[in-house]
Amino acid sequence: MLLIHCPYCNETLPELEFAYAGEAHIARPQNPSEVSDEDWAEFLFMRANVKGLHYERWRHLHGCGRFFNAVRDTVSDKFVTTYPAGAPRPALDSLLETSAEGGK
Amino acid sequence: MNALTSQSDFLAETAAVRIAMAAPRSRFSLRLRENLAPFEAALGLSLGGPLGSRASAGERETLRLGPDEWMLHTSLADAGAVEAALSALYATQPHSLVNVSAREVSFVIDGPRAAELLTLGCPRDIAKIAPGSGRRTVFDGVTVILWRDAPDAFRIDCWNSFAPHILDLLKTGARELAAEAP
Ligand SMILES: [Zn+2]
Repeated sequence: MLLIHCPYCNETLPELEFAYAGEAHIARPQNPSEVSDEDWAEFLFMRANVKGLHYERWRHLHGCGRFFNAVRDTVSDKFVTTYPAGAPRPALDSLLETSAEGGK
Repeated sequence: MNALTSQSDFLAETAAVRIAMAAPRSRFSLRLRENLAPFEAALGLSLGGPLGSRASAGERETLRLGPDEWMLHTSLADAGAVEAALSALYATQPHSLVNVSAREVSFVIDGPRAAELLTLGCPRDIAKIAPGSGRRTVFDGVTVILWRDAPDAFRIDCWNSFAPHILDLLKTGARELAAEAP
């Protein structure tokens, strides 16, 4: 089972307490009625689906209830880091260094 | 505290654990975003500390479930006083206090293998939940709140509709841990 670090509980906990919630850092347009159909479709449906490090949302559903963000390697399924919702996305370079050193 | 209605109320009793239904309590879900002090003053207990922290004063006890969320238990008689104390704050301190007493029941679990019994349905490391604290977690697919009252004593709050499911599993586990025939 995956172990996921909740940045609000500050504990590393079993995956069964969490729910996946799609790609992270996708901002809803401030004024949807001014957005073209193409851009709206882009916002609603188009996702990166990367092979490798993926920024994604999780919710600590059976726990503190909070949404947070994570960087997970979609190849190895390893979590590189997790961080509170609203925080800027961590830079990939620094993550890869930490990851290579065997950090969490 | 005496959470049992009476000693003869055990739903299961084996050499490993005893399981009982807790006496009815008033239960409130409290949500507030910041500035704990006025709420602590109104309730007469502390709301701070890391998630999972508990506090109690008289009949009232709280468990911090999230950064902005608490479960508050108190006696049936005290419910009105809790509502009155917080409604006095409402104009200046926006918050949500919801009486969820009718939604949940609690089972009381104690005995030498109580912590082990919980591992049947809970994927967490129970040892990391310190006595005197609590957590919201999952038990066999159901969201529950665990209160660890002592190393060998727990309460488990769950919604009414899930109670028979959870109790069945607890009873099965209680017999299994004691290696008794069903
Ligand atoms: Zn959490």
